Amino acid sequence: MTGQSAVLRALRKPRGTAPQGFGKTKRRDRWAAYPIVQGVLFTICATYLLVSGVIWEPLFHTGYEADGYLSPLFSPLILFPNMPSWLSPGLLILWIPIGFRATCYYYRKAYYRFYFADPPGCAVGEPTIHRRFALENAFPFILQNLHRYAMYLAFIPLFFLWIDVIRAFGNWDAAGVAHPRIGLGGVLFLVNTTLLTGYSLSCHSLRHVIGGRIDCFSCTRARRIRHTLWERLTDLNRNHMWWAWTSLVTVTLADLYVRLLVTGVLTDPAIRF
Amino acid sequence: MTEAHIAHLKVFRGEPGGATRYDEFDVPVEEGMVILDALHWIQGNAAPDLAVRWNCKAAKCGSCSGEVNGKPRLMCKTRISDLDLDEPITVEPMRSFPLVRDLVSDVSWNYEVNKSIQAFTPPAGLPQEEWRWQQQDIERVQEYRKCIECFLCQDVCHVLRNHETEKPFMGPRFLVRTAGLEMHPIDEGDRRGYLKDTGNIGYCNITKCCTEVCPEHIKITDNAIIPLKERVADEFYDPIQWAWRKLRGKPAAGAAGTPLPMLQGGSASDAPAAAKGDKPTSEG
Repeated sequence: MTGQSAVLRALRKPRGTAPQGFGKTKRRDRWAAYPIVQGVLFTICATYLLVSGVIWEPLFHTGYEADGYLSPLFSPLILFPNMPSWLSPGLLILWIPIGFRATCYYYRKAYYRFYFADPPGCAVGEPTIHRRFALENAFPFILQNLHRYAMYLAFIPLFFLWIDVIRAFGNWDAAGVAHPRIGLGGVLFLVNTTLLTGYSLSCHSLRHVIGGRIDCFSCTRARRIRHTLWERLTDLNRNHMWWAWTSLVTVTLADLYVRLLVTGVLTDPAIRF
Repeated sequence: MTEAHIAHLKVFRGEPGGATRYDEFDVPVEEGMVILDALHWIQGNAAPDLAVRWNCKAAKCGSCSGEVNGKPRLMCKTRISDLDLDEPITVEPMRSFPLVRDLVSDVSWNYEVNKSIQAFTPPAGLPQEEWRWQQQDIERVQEYRKCIECFLCQDVCHVLRNHETEKPFMGPRFLVRTAGLEMHPIDEGDRRGYLKDTGNIGYCNITKCCTEVCPEHIKITDNAIIPLKERVADEFYDPIQWAWRKLRGKPAAGAAGTPLPMLQGGSASDAPAAAKGDKPTSEG
């Protein structure tokens, strides 16, 4: 026996007396309510966004831009010659936010509980098949360690979403003449993009990259500046879950609003200048 | 005394290898009473052989950890008035650990894990009186030092509770301790290889139960585990940083094998790379 394996064996926890099996617990509160509400809301939003961004357009060709408002799922709009009819421009963008949210430290908590019951709740037994799961030590969940790259990429569509906000209020026509307005769509875009920015800036990986990896904050002037930034990001990070949920809901509503404009169900109420 | 002032307790009883059961007791409730008070009443009036571990009764020693109505809690901090007295109150030991007797569980495994962590490693040759750091450097670490080692986070962690992992998992308590050492401004140890290969930080899937039960309100997941996961990602999973290290000719932390410490009862040959300066217990 090597020294290393002896130590590793000694460090394995001896078995306790916790009841094993899915849902086994002595908890009497409604422990299942929170993960179920979160999981259902997440599933509704994610399904809507996937259908709208990836499936709807190739099937029905209804359009994703109306009255100067481009759906946030399609921004920046990427079109190229001889684009296959089955390919939605949304797919060329959506993989970035999907990757960002799928590897997000907050969403992991929500979907590991709801979709994998790993665990279904705190101090609640889980399916015994989980016993030897390697979790984030092995494929596929080891890929969660690449969250920082998803975060870097997420700032690209975010930049274009801010341009869309400016366009929504400026309302430039094809000749480049502005027709300024304050429309409900513009307000919705502004709120959505602000919340998406908050969600991106409150990211745990960004907090780490900006200053979290530093041990001695006071050692140099540059590190002192990074410490200040790290503190600000830490303030945002405390509410990462809030940013995650509100931005997911508003991006869903923003796309739905544009879809309703496109189909003529709604007209954009606006103050025009 | 009215029925409303009686608490019905179902208390876990038993020993390892024997049958376990729940004994029921009716305890008169007094103002400000906590679960530990009720257990003391039971010891004094109904079951003098009831085993319960406690010490300070002020939520600072971390001795009276248990599970009340299935939730890991300090029994000295759980007010009976906060519980529904219409239902029996279930009191159990920490179920993630082996049973000693009744409400006492064997937490000694935690101390073995603690020994495996490379202790505080200040610069070699720097006398202690010359250690200097600024408040902004140490504020982050001070949160981790609030830990009272009640092991409620270890108890609630589903990896320790439900998974029978191939490899050991150090658990949230010791990720907190390692975070305090890794982020210390003058510590020169590099525990990232240890975290990945021995502590197996990858088993943590961020379900935040540890944060929910911490009686000291340490943001275990957000402020200790995730920052450590990011540091491990820096070293082992980030391809750009890997390429940058290659260009600079800097070896990875785990490249020469993860240093393992000597455990109690082991020998030096069992632990060829015992970290310099290792101490048997935490620094306080």
